[in-house]
Formats: sequence, structure tokens, C-alpha cells
Amino acid sequence: MGAVKVVEGSQAVAEAVRACRPQVISAYPISPQTHIVETLAQMVADGELGSRYLRVESEFSAASVLAGASCAGSRCYTASSSQGLLLMTEVLYASAGMRLPFVITGVNRSISAPITIQVDQQDTISLRDTGLIQLYAESSQEAYDMHLAAFKIAEDPGIMLPVMVCMDGWILTHSYERIDFLDQQDVDRFLPPFKPANLMEVEDPKTWGSYSEENVLMEFRYALQKSMDYAQERIPQVMGDLASYTGRDYGGLIEAYATDDAEVILVAMGSVTGTLKDAVDQMREAGRKVGLIKIRCFRPFPARQIWEAVRGAKVVAVLDANVSLGSEGALGLDLKAKLCGRPDGPLVVDFIAGLGGREINPLVAEDIVDQALEAAQAPTPPWAPIWVGLDASIVA
Amino acid sequence: MNASAQENRMELFAPGHRACHGCGMALSVRHILKATGNQVAVVTPTGCLETFSSPYGYSPWRVPWIHHLFENGPSVASGVAAALDAQGRGDVRVVAIGGDGSTFDIGFAALSGMFERDDDVLYICVDNGAYMNTGGQRSGATPTYASTTTDPVGKLRPGKLQHKKDLPAIVAAHGAAYVATASVAYRKDLQKKVKRAMEFHGARYLQIDTPCPSVWGFPSDHTLEVGRLGVASGLVPLFEMEYGNVTKVRKIKPITVDKYLRGQKRFRHLFADEQGAELVAKLQQMADANIAKYGLSSQSGGQ
Repeated sequence: MGAVKVVEGSQAVAEAVRACRPQVISAYPISPQTHIVETLAQMVADGELGSRYLRVESEFSAASVLAGASCAGSRCYTASSSQGLLLMTEVLYASAGMRLPFVITGVNRSISAPITIQVDQQDTISLRDTGLIQLYAESSQEAYDMHLAAFKIAEDPGIMLPVMVCMDGWILTHSYERIDFLDQQDVDRFLPPFKPANLMEVEDPKTWGSYSEENVLMEFRYALQKSMDYAQERIPQVMGDLASYTGRDYGGLIEAYATDDAEVILVAMGSVTGTLKDAVDQMREAGRKVGLIKIRCFRPFPARQIWEAVRGAKVVAVLDANVSLGSEGALGLDLKAKLCGRPDGPLVVDFIAGLGGREINPLVAEDIVDQALEAAQAPTPPWAPIWVGLDASIVA
Repeated sequence: MNASAQENRMELFAPGHRACHGCGMALSVRHILKATGNQVAVVTPTGCLETFSSPYGYSPWRVPWIHHLFENGPSVASGVAAALDAQGRGDVRVVAIGGDGSTFDIGFAALSGMFERDDDVLYICVDNGAYMNTGGQRSGATPTYASTTTDPVGKLRPGKLQHKKDLPAIVAAHGAAYVATASVAYRKDLQKKVKRAMEFHGARYLQIDTPCPSVWGFPSDHTLEVGRLGVASGLVPLFEMEYGNVTKVRKIKPITVDKYLRGQKRFRHLFADEQGAELVAKLQQMADANIAKYGLSSQSGGQ
């Protein structure tokens, strides 16, 4: 086994990235991801990491440098948050479309306005449709492990897509946690060097990023969708392979926690799921049949796995740390769409919770469970999502 | 056949692409690649060049070629250069070729970043002075008083009122080792500059005047003639700069600007009335200023 150290979440991620030996790193500062790229820059400055490190003038260029470097056959990496991720949006669509694999840490932070540096998942959720594979970590240890897996997933010949590991800003990036590191030789065994099928060679010149007409664009999109389908099978295999080195198995695309006989099942992503596990334990001790599904992979969306875990429940309470204004939260929408029409499925109730750093503690979780049960007893399901913990004196 | 002649026979930008008749840009790209040879990877931001050269399933590019987006040509090129360097393949050089819309306007921040970092890329702007791909809208490279679809001649305005952005000077101010301007009308001069640029490492800039018959409004067999007149008028000065200092200029026997302007529909309004004549006089002053600034005139005493 490798070293065990208590480190900041950002440092754990930087160590994972270093172990993966990226040839090119490009970054632009934004809170709260900055400690990651600062740590990597120090590693490069000290000669501990041989990456070419491009300190660019915007997140748009950070992602664009990766697109070029990936196209030229190098493993590459960047991290960003919030507005920075939004600025990358166009680059990510095009990179997924051109099948350019690279890894991004999406350190979750809310979106302006009002400007804030507090956490929610509006930023990464806004990249939902880009073709990025999105993984969400509960802890810094899980984020560390996910980064090791992310490069292998991205570069899989059947996938070839950018992968974003999402982790909540501050709560994970700036907290100290005990991390079990994997030995470099094990990382090297798990993750061999990137060998793209289409190498950029002057002897055999190829053209990337062609112009398409109505005759091919749909087929390109369909191929992306099929790769996402394949990724649903491949991601658990890669994570299982990694678990054989680390001894840490988090489950596959989802983790079902105390769901077997649950009447109410909470569904959430990110660091809040750690709190919710405690809340579930407390409610279980009080005799309430409550469970939790932690979504580890949001894109591709593991609808079947979720369905299998929730089909016996009375009601599913989704905690969305984002909102599609004018509708509801993204996770709630996905789940409702996928479960709609399946016989004897549970009612899905969407809760908008934890925006802009608003605290979610076990008491809040219990309140959500109560409201979900109440909704289940109402004659018709609610049309609108339920906003959790609004300050009545402000919204009045 | 000598080596240079052999080199010149190699068509790295093959025929069969979809550029308009008489396209100055397509011709420039052909000349550029003859000068670089095939040990290059080319990055092209969105624009005419990308559109006419890359219908899916076909490609005139006989070098590795990447198009990604409109505003990130320089950053993508930086990434390719970094990757090739990391892989020990630094012998393959990176050339970015973009139009003036991406270079002067939407990709300007990325361009500045690339030059500030001094990444090993030759960035070539094939400048036709407007957004031709979308039908000829005004760009930062559009010359003064040219009529474009988004800054058209009207009862109140004579086309573009502002100056063309002096991008070579801006790039040179970044400390670039090599900055030059060329015209498609002078092939040998253009290719000499490409070769000179390839002798340097780090970020280098070449801006090529590429007349566009479709939007400038002249017969498609006059591309080179229009290019030559632009240079001869002093409105398109050709020079080389190394580390911020002008090292060489292409001398001209100056002609009056009306000889250049008159043949183009985008300047037709300047010859309609007396007000137009005043504007032509102002353009003549700009040309005279260029001639004085760069010492362009080959005639004793200059202008």
C-alpha cells in the first residue's frame, strides 16, 4: 500500500493528477479550485512533475489548450469552477464532439448573479449536455480515486470523451482529510500511457474538426450517445479495476445506502451525501424507513440502476443543488423523465436545496423526508419543486 | 530539378476545395505550405478557410490539420505545440492560419495570451478585412470607409469610420521575435517571410493581405492586381520587424489611392459625390502617413 497522509482535498487531487503523469496542464485561477493548480505548478517548478504547464489568459484558453494537446496525442488536465467552467462551455461541446479525451476537476461553486464563492452544483450541471462524462465525489479520498479512474475512462478507445470529476468547493477542496495514496507503480500499472488511435503525424496527415452538413451531424451525435451508453458499462469496470489496487469500492455509477426496505429514498450528489448518510442512520435508529442513493455518475445518467434501487419505495426525495429556472432541478427532471410510465414506481419529489452554500444538516434532511411523505399523501403530485430553508423574512 | 523547384511542386494544399473563384486566401495558404514544407501541423480557427477546406469526408490538407472553434485558434495551437514538445516531436512545427475575424476580434485575447507566453507557433492571419464567411460584416480589420453589411453606406454614414486595428504593432509590443506583413500578390516575398519566420522559435506573426473578389467587389481574375494596387498605394505596407524594430520594408513607387479604391464595390460610394472626394483625400493622407512612417517610397525624396 502507498502512503497515508492528512492533506487538504486540493492537494489530494493534485497528487492524483501528478501520479497520472499528464504531459500538458493548462490553468487559469478561480476560487475555489486554485489550490489544485497552484500545487501542480509548484510540483512543476520543483521538477517533481514533467508536465508542460501553460498559464493561460482565460478558462476558455485553458480548455482550448487541452483540446489542442489532446488532439496531438497527449494526456492533459485542467481544473476550474463556476464562471470559469461556464466560459469553457463552448470548448467542451466541441472537444466532446471531436472525441478529445482530457480530465477536468470541476470544483463546484455557484454562478453569478449575485456573485458568490459559495458552493452549489449549478456550474457543473450547466455543462450537462456538452458530452462531458460527469463524476461526483463525496469525499476527498473518493475525489482522489475518481481522478485516477477519470483518465482511464476518458482515454478508453470506446469512450474518448472529456471527463469531469466534480467536487464541492471549500467543503472538500479546503478541508483536511486522511488520504490513502496509491503507490506510483500501481498507478502506472492501472493507467498506461495514452495511445490515441489517430495520432497526429506528418507522414499520415489527418484532418480534425471538419465542417458537416445535414448528412452527418446526427450520426456524430448518435455515436456520442452510444459512447455514453458504453461508458455506463465501462465506468464500473474501470472503477472495479482500480478498487483491486486500492481496496476501496464505492459501488458503480450509484451507491445505494440502506435502500432495501426504504419507504423514503433521498437522492443526491457530492459531499452532502456524507451528511445524508448520517441523517439516514439517525432516522433509521428512530425507526423510520429511510434510504439514500448517492449518484456518483451524473452523465451518463444511470437511470436503470436508480430504478432498481428505488422501485420498492413510496417516495423519492431528490436534493438538487441547482435549478433549471422556470422548471425544477436537473436531477429531479432526469429522474422523473426516466421513471415516468414505469408501473408501480415511487413518486419523485424535487427539492431545491443547498444553493449558494446554504447548509444541509441532518435536521434539514429529516424535514425533507417529512415533506416528501406529505407530498406522497396529497391527492396529486406537486407541479413545482419545494425550496428548502428559504428565509421567509426575505422572500415574503 | 533543383531542390527549391522540387519543393515548389509539392502541393500540400491540394486543389478541389470550395473557395470562391479568385480567393486570395486559398492562394495564400498554398504559398504558405510550399514555404513551410510538410513538417508542420496547421491549426485553423473557424472562418472561410475552415469552411471551404473541410467539408466532412474531403480534405485538401496534406499536413495534419485541426479546426476547433472560432476564438481559440492560438490556444489550440499552443496546446498542439506543447504536446509535440512533451512527446519529443518538436521537429514538427505548428502553424496557425486564421482570418481577420478570429485574429483581430473574437480570438484577440487568446492571441495576446499566446504571444505573452511566447509559445512556439507561427500565427498567420490571412486578412481579407471583414467576416466573409457570413457575408462580409465589419471586423476590426476592415479598412476605413469600406462599406460592409453591418456598417453599410447610408445617408448618414460612409461605411466604417474607424481605423483598421494595427495588429502587427500590437503583436510586436508583446516582444515577438518576428512580425511581418505580406500580400498574396507578391508570392516570393510572402514565402521568404514564411521561411524567415520559421527560423525563429517562440510566437511569431505574419499578416497577409488577401483580396476577396466576392465581398470587396471586383472581378475574380483581378485578385493579384487588386493586391498589387493596395501595396503600391501605401495603404497595405509590407514590412518585417524583429524584436519590435522594423528591419525591412518593401519599397513602392507610390500610386494615388483612388487607383486602388476605384476598382472595388466596397469603396464605390467614395466616387459618387464631392463628399466622397473628401474621404478619398483622407485615405490618401493615411497612405502618405504609412509611406512616411515605414519609408516605403523608392523615389528620391520620398513622399
